[in-house]
Amino acid sequence: MSEKKVISGSDAVAQAVKLCKPKVLPMYPITPSTLIPEKLSEFIANGEMDAQLIHVESEHSAISALYGAYAAGVRTFTATASQGLALMHEIIPIVAGSRMPAVMVVANRALSGPLNIWNDHSDAMSERDQGWIQLYCEDVQEAFDTTIMAYKIAEKNNVLLPVMVCIDGFSLTHVYEPVIIEDQNKVDLFLPEYKPRHYLDPKNPKTFGAFAQPNTYFEFKEAEQEAMKEALKEIQNVHKEFATTFGREYGGGLIELINMQDAEYALVTVGGTTGTARMVLEELRKEGKKAGIIRIKSVRPFPKEEIIKATKKIKNLGVIDRHISIGSEGPLFTEIKATLKEENTKVAGFIAGLGGRDISREMIKKAFEIIEKGEEGVWLK
Amino acid sequence: MAILGLEEKEFFASGHRSCAGCGEALAIRHILKAAGEDTIIVMATGCMEVVSTPYPETAWELPWVHCAFENAAAVASGVKTALQTKGNTTTNVIAIGGDGAMFDIGFGSISGAVERGHKILYISTDNEAYQNTGIQRSGATFPFAATTTSPSGKVIPGKSQPKKPLPFIIAAHGAKYVATANVANLFDLKNKVQKALVTEGPSYISVFVPCIPGWKIDSSSTIDVSKMALETCAYPIYEIENGVLKLNHTPTEKKPIENYLKMQGRFKHITPEINAKIQQYVDERWKYLTESNGKKMFDTLF
Ligand SMILES: Cc1ncc(C[n+]2csc(CCOP(=O)(O)OP(=O)(O)O)c2C)c(N)n1
Ligand code: SF4
Ligand SMILES: [Mg+2]
Repeated sequence: MSEKKVISGSDAVAQAVKLCKPKVLPMYPITPSTLIPEKLSEFIANGEMDAQLIHVESEHSAISALYGAYAAGVRTFTATASQGLALMHEIIPIVAGSRMPAVMVVANRALSGPLNIWNDHSDAMSERDQGWIQLYCEDVQEAFDTTIMAYKIAEKNNVLLPVMVCIDGFSLTHVYEPVIIEDQNKVDLFLPEYKPRHYLDPKNPKTFGAFAQPNTYFEFKEAEQEAMKEALKEIQNVHKEFATTFGREYGGGLIELINMQDAEYALVTVGGTTGTARMVLEELRKEGKKAGIIRIKSVRPFPKEEIIKATKKIKNLGVIDRHISIGSEGPLFTEIKATLKEENTKVAGFIAGLGGRDISREMIKKAFEIIEKGEEGVWLK
Repeated sequence: MAILGLEEKEFFASGHRSCAGCGEALAIRHILKAAGEDTIIVMATGCMEVVSTPYPETAWELPWVHCAFENAAAVASGVKTALQTKGNTTTNVIAIGGDGAMFDIGFGSISGAVERGHKILYISTDNEAYQNTGIQRSGATFPFAATTTSPSGKVIPGKSQPKKPLPFIIAAHGAKYVATANVANLFDLKNKVQKALVTEGPSYISVFVPCIPGWKIDSSSTIDVSKMALETCAYPIYEIENGVLKLNHTPTEKKPIENYLKMQGRFKHITPEINAKIQQYVDERWKYLTESNGKKMFDTLF
């Protein structure tokens, strides 16, 4: 039986992970992701979950152990944030290049320099080129649902790419909301047992992680890129199936359109910022403004076609980045401009919320005003 | 025909790209024979990984996995734990890395994995430098050896530090079986691998393996140099079983270190004064080992 509980985002993720039955959990603590391994440890200690924790000595070893467990053919899970993700950086593309359908929750937190424990997207955005699918969530229920969908997407034979489920540190990990926790049998039907085609087996010895030279490396990367294209379809398919099974959906899985039917200008958001933007949008709509929001859920694969389609009638668009590619601009801003290069939409880039700086209604209101007038974007501080 | 009780079956196929006379390749071949077919090998980046798996070829006739340079122990802990969740507690898991992989960059990874107590055998094939990247110094490089990053200059005559005592450090973690071995005695290597594999919890072996270009030796002299390492006590072989140290080879007449040094181009800059310093270093270590022989040195935990 499914049940409704008021729990934190971290607790919700842990509940979802438990339902997905990963067998090996290499874990290392880092704020604000730590509540997830703590909860999973509790489940295991109480016999509620049949899995083994590996108390690794670093995040580098967490992702390495995860790699080893996947090579041995079992489903795994880990969670991290910020410096932890950065420490994993070396192994992140190896997991993807080895086509391991891992799922990792990233509790988004600013990267140090100076040290900061609060939310922005600099950690995950800095990993966006490494072959992992990246799905960003807006609320606690979505974090729960996306974690379950992530395994299904990752494990599709035509995808076989790892997934980062990105949830805003503190504002999602530590926030309590009512969540529907689904029934185990129903989740089992949705997400069948993990049956890899290739794994380390003395009865059928295979080599994993060979050395690729210039005559073959290129094709490995090409294959990942092709798999990302497949992922665009499969994310939507899995969403559809999820919606039919559990009755919840998030704009088809790639992008969510809010008041876009008749919108003349719009703001592009990712993750929790969308919540504040929704409130501002409501006010604007009351004032008769034809504004809208495009929330990007899937940052990788990047849903170009969907964005082009969604902005066909939009004159002015704005993008909020919670990360800056220092020396350039917000990465989503760059990417959206490139996506819309053949269109007549003017795009403004906003940098906001770095290192946990609050993104207030006023800031978002200001962004909408700038977009409406077709002016240049600014730093919202 | 099985010679010296060494398994005939090969698991490390010929045709790999190692240099002729490579001590590491020889060690690997015999480690696999000793372990047998119910074994999974986890390997660190380094010469052995590069020479054995140019995609789509492989020299491995056992399941084999490589991820990166410093994480073989962590990957192995993932493999081992995954096997356990499948109810498989019998397949051997061996993590192999060079001295660079195990003594230096992967030190945290091996320390963490040993501390956690997984039943994994960790092996460092110790050729005393980062050979794959062109002979750079490691924490295991023999004192005063010339490498490309510890050259014999006018002021500094090669590597300035002693070897990091990794076997002792692993033993101090509480591992029940730790040993050093030498490719000049393959029978002993085989026994050590097999002993390690039936040990409860983690085990560790350092294997002395000459590198042809790195040590500037002739490809036909691998075994001669290895034997001389034993006869001069440059690389003593011993076991630390349940914390008790046991020397496995005591030369009837300990030869002067000069005999070992003069066989190798990496020591060609050694003057009589430095030779005396090296002799003192070897003698002190040998004295310590002989005095410790048969004594309980470490507490065991697993
Ligand atoms: C993180 C990282 N740093 C550096 C390297 C470059 N590298 C590859 S192999 C190697 C040296 C390997 O030395 P060792 O472990 O002693 O093995 P050997 O080649 O001597 O057998 C180095 C420095 C790397 N692959 N990864
Ligand atoms: S460089 Fe040294 S370690 Fe590498 S293959 Fe040649 S002999 Fe072996
Ligand atoms: Mg080496």
